[in-house]
Amino acid sequence: MASDVVIRAQQISKHYRLGVINHGTLYRDLQSWWAKARGNPDPNAALGGAWSHSHSRVEGDLFRALEDVSFEVRRGEILGVIGGNGAGKSTLLKVLSRITAPTGGWIGLSGRVASLLEVGTGFHPELTGRENVYLNGAILGMSRREISQKFDEIVDFAEISQFIDTPVKRYSSGMYVRLAFSVAAHLESEILLVDEVLAVGDISFQRKCLGKMEDIGSSGRTILFVSHNMAAVENLCSKALVLTDGRVDFHGEVKEGIQHYHAYFGESEGINLANAARTGDGRARIADVWFSDTEGNRLPILKSGQGVQLHICVDPLAENCRNLILAAGVTTLRGEGVLHLSTETGGLVVQHFDARRVFTCTLPRLTLRGGYYSMNLFLSSNGVVADWLQDAFRFQVEDADFYGTGKLPPEGYSTFLADFSWAVAKE
Amino acid sequence: MSSESSPKAKEWDVVIAPRVKAVDLDLRSVWRYRDLIWMFFKRDFITFYKQTILGPLWYLIQPTLTALTYFVIFGKIANISTDGLPPFVFYMSGIVLWTYFAACLTNNAEVFSKNAQLFGKVYFPRLVVPISVVMSGMVAFAIQFALLLVVTIGFLLAGTELRLLWMALPLVLLLVLYVACLGIGVGLVVSALTVRFRDLAFATGFVTQLWMFASPVVYPYSQIPEKYRVFFHFNPMTAPIESLRALMFGTDGISISIWLSNIIITLVLLILGLVLFTRAESNAMDTV
Repeated sequence: MASDVVIRAQQISKHYRLGVINHGTLYRDLQSWWAKARGNPDPNAALGGAWSHSHSRVEGDLFRALEDVSFEVRRGEILGVIGGNGAGKSTLLKVLSRITAPTGGWIGLSGRVASLLEVGTGFHPELTGRENVYLNGAILGMSRREISQKFDEIVDFAEISQFIDTPVKRYSSGMYVRLAFSVAAHLESEILLVDEVLAVGDISFQRKCLGKMEDIGSSGRTILFVSHNMAAVENLCSKALVLTDGRVDFHGEVKEGIQHYHAYFGESEGINLANAARTGDGRARIADVWFSDTEGNRLPILKSGQGVQLHICVDPLAENCRNLILAAGVTTLRGEGVLHLSTETGGLVVQHFDARRVFTCTLPRLTLRGGYYSMNLFLSSNGVVADWLQDAFRFQVEDADFYGTGKLPPEGYSTFLADFSWAVAKE
Repeated sequence: MSSESSPKAKEWDVVIAPRVKAVDLDLRSVWRYRDLIWMFFKRDFITFYKQTILGPLWYLIQPTLTALTYFVIFGKIANISTDGLPPFVFYMSGIVLWTYFAACLTNNAEVFSKNAQLFGKVYFPRLVVPISVVMSGMVAFAIQFALLLVVTIGFLLAGTELRLLWMALPLVLLLVLYVACLGIGVGLVVSALTVRFRDLAFATGFVTQLWMFASPVVYPYSQIPEKYRVFFHFNPMTAPIESLRALMFGTDGISISIWLSNIIITLVLLILGLVLFTRAESNAMDTV
């Protein structure tokens, strides 16, 4: 039994010191030391007060990125590590890949570990594809002989054979990523750590990578896969580890893990309007808002091409709520308008209402591209602003196979997806 | 699941735990990554070629112009003795060895800041980088040393009174190894300290410059008044520079006592550098 376990983490913790490490200069360190020596308060100490105790993971100048994390992974298992932003996923991977040392606890690993923390690390733009394959392979821990044996396979997989002797500075970003992933994927290791590599490249290549990873998994190698892409986690992984605030929240079957994650996400990281800045006379108020799919299941993250409904709950707070106009404006994080969904343009007329109403806006096919967006909510009654929330909340859209062709417009060429078709005919 | 409080080393190939040992020199894994040392060495060499117009010609221009400058300032204007050697040969022999030392020192001092991106992404024994830095420096040294030989032979052909001891040339390799050790030692001490104190990075170049004038590069040790000679025991670059000239041209050389104290200082610095470096490497990425 025990020999089957290839990764064992035992009460791992990782603490970062806040403030202190940021002195950074000899002068300040001497200043602190001199103040201490004379019994004065440290002039460079982080300012305490309310902030430093408001968060359970911050204690004095310590930040607990990971606390008491224990788990085991068996040979051939594909473990998906999921959790919200800042839950400690990346820190866990950094500790596992020995980039940074844990503060407490220990990890035992059987076999060689390869990490795909970020593909293409160490690629030098002046070197050719061939030279970079050797350099990158060596950085990842391969010997020259090993790379030579696999060289053709690597180049074939990356689909760049004719450019292999061109400096990589002339590569397109897609070629660059393909080559880099290919090197890492061909590294023979018993344990593979993967962090969000699939966020890059076009969809057909992403599929190929997922396929490659499945091959790796079925060949008895163990994979730790960190991702926000729940679909990929569900497809690939057999087990899931859910991290919340640096602690293990759930460890078990992947389906349950994802449900657990969604439940948690919906509860505490779901859309919360309590802190949004509001203006307006308050005769009516936006009380709640959420996204769902067309069947009404709540969605924490949206996908391009998906049928999406936006639900907005409005309470009347005064008697005479008439001629209501409700608008939801989607902007980029820099505030550029992307979509404006208004009951006025949508042709919905609400003459009068006296109790809570749920407004539902249906987008049969979401045309936003992957990324983060901000939402403005606007409510007016009788032409007077009743409730206006700017940057009310932010939400994430994931790129998906919008056109069914496995391809999307290249990055930077389109912020928006449109339904279209092409035809060609003789004139 | 049993809950052990400490790992059994036999069960696992790799155990990751907080660093407790003062010195944890994992030379075995450095050896396992020997191909990476070679790849870094090759990368530095190739990119140097491709990025500069004059390429390796710089290796020749730099010591030639420096030697000429010193020849004018220290030889002609200040009129400092050159131990009976042609001034140009005297300066160049000092410059060649000093340049190698300075390159080892300054490049190793920047190991963490220059490789922050790489160190933050992938694990490999960090010692691989300083070793490849020292190797890349040796290429420049070899080219410059060849230039020194060519210049010396030129002087010999021109009939200058100068001896060149061919037999002793292989011993120069020992001097280079000594300088490499010293350069790694000092460089790693500085690199580990710059993780914590960024301002040291600015001081490095400046202090290296001053250090050169405290070493017998532009003047011979024989010109130092007796009462100041004791200070040269504490400058570990004294012995190699003086000995290079003694080995090649048969100058007086340096006393055993200076050699001994120089070697001891170098060993102490090398060990200190390795200790501080291995301690800094496991947590450096949290601060850089």
